[in-house]
Amino acid sequence: MSRARLDCRRLLCPMPVIRVQDKVAKLQPGDELEVVCTDPGTMQDIPAWCRINGHLLLNQQVRDDEYIFHLRVQGDPH
Amino acid sequence: MQRKAVALISGGLDSLLAVRVMQDQGVYVEGINFFTGFCVEGHTHAIRKKDQKKLKRNNALWCAEQLGIKLHIIDIVEEYKDIVFNPKYGYGANLNPCLDCKIFMVKKAREWMESHDFDFIITGEVVGQRPKSQRKDTLPVVQKDSGIDDRLLRPLCAKNLPETLPEREGWVSREKLYDFSGRSRKPQMALAKQFGFEDYAQPAGGCCFLTDAQYSVKLQDLWKARGDKQYEMDDIMLLKVGRHIRPVPEYKLIISREEGEGKFLQGYRKQYPSLKTTSHPGPLCLIDGDFAEEQIEQAARIVARYSQGKNDPEVELEFRRTDGETRSIKVQPLPPHELKKEWVV
Repeated sequence: MSRARLDCRRLLCPMPVIRVQDKVAKLQPGDELEVVCTDPGTMQDIPAWCRINGHLLLNQQVRDDEYIFHLRVQGDPH
Repeated sequence: MQRKAVALISGGLDSLLAVRVMQDQGVYVEGINFFTGFCVEGHTHAIRKKDQKKLKRNNALWCAEQLGIKLHIIDIVEEYKDIVFNPKYGYGANLNPCLDCKIFMVKKAREWMESHDFDFIITGEVVGQRPKSQRKDTLPVVQKDSGIDDRLLRPLCAKNLPETLPEREGWVSREKLYDFSGRSRKPQMALAKQFGFEDYAQPAGGCCFLTDAQYSVKLQDLWKARGDKQYEMDDIMLLKVGRHIRPVPEYKLIISREEGEGKFLQGYRKQYPSLKTTSHPGPLCLIDGDFAEEQIEQAARIVARYSQGKNDPEVELEFRRTDGETRSIKVQPLPPHELKKEWVV
């Protein structure tokens, strides 16, 4: 299992989701990814993307105007 | 054998319904949503502080979740430039290359379909709904120029169109497809009600900044100033933010209108020289283009005009170069009558 981090600060919808999607495609089931965003829309979009694609959102938090997501890749990421 | 279709998902009602109609016929569907850089959704809301509390969501993702399908969001910003620069079929409203755009997206979806072993493409198009890309005479152009031919099914208006391969092969029943036409949204709304969909997006005039008159003027101004039709992702983002003032052809000022925009523009201070009022609360301004040293004062006077010191005899600003070097400038704010109308883009 690996842990990766993705900086999506300053990116606006849907770029953070695209970056997450592309990053997850390169990870293996069980790998974890932390994503840092500044677009408040990601609070809706990244959890929705995880639900649609069957990945596990371990937690999400807001810290100093940043939206931080921690997710675990599930099943076939492709 | 369950057939597989890939659907173009815009996030609007029509594509939502088209997928649902296919699912009712037992077709397995996955969605594709293309990001051109010009999508309206949420960008201004995400930037402006006053809009921070508005609900922001990506409608394509929302649709996919309602439908229980996978959605692939594909970045086509670079490839899409050719479509914006030279649309074979010209522009529709403002700078919207609508027919070329549709052809391009269907072509990209066809490539995806072929590489992922799917059987056909579906769209939410309705004949007669859009003045250029969804006319009875232009719908076949999309099929021909994209290379998809009769593997493109439009479930909401299929009964008004020639039979497609999925219908001929019995993968779907033509009888259970629809015959919607024209600009009325009533049939779609009735079908949405029947399926139990509420809270769907209803974008006015599509979901593309290129359909927006003011945005198109700003983009044309950018092209004119640079002497060619080029843009980068940062350019098209910045066209959505602030007031744009071009006092001379060589440079323009991008001046924040409120706190959220100021914060957003701050992120560009390593790419663009900037001005910020220091003696009074006021905007942040990026300077885009080439300017001479003596033109900085004029720029500063314009920026000061939008600060809380606009009626004071003097306002102090910080001029910052992209390498971080700063210096202070004191200027008299430009009086309103000296700000020429033609400067405002």
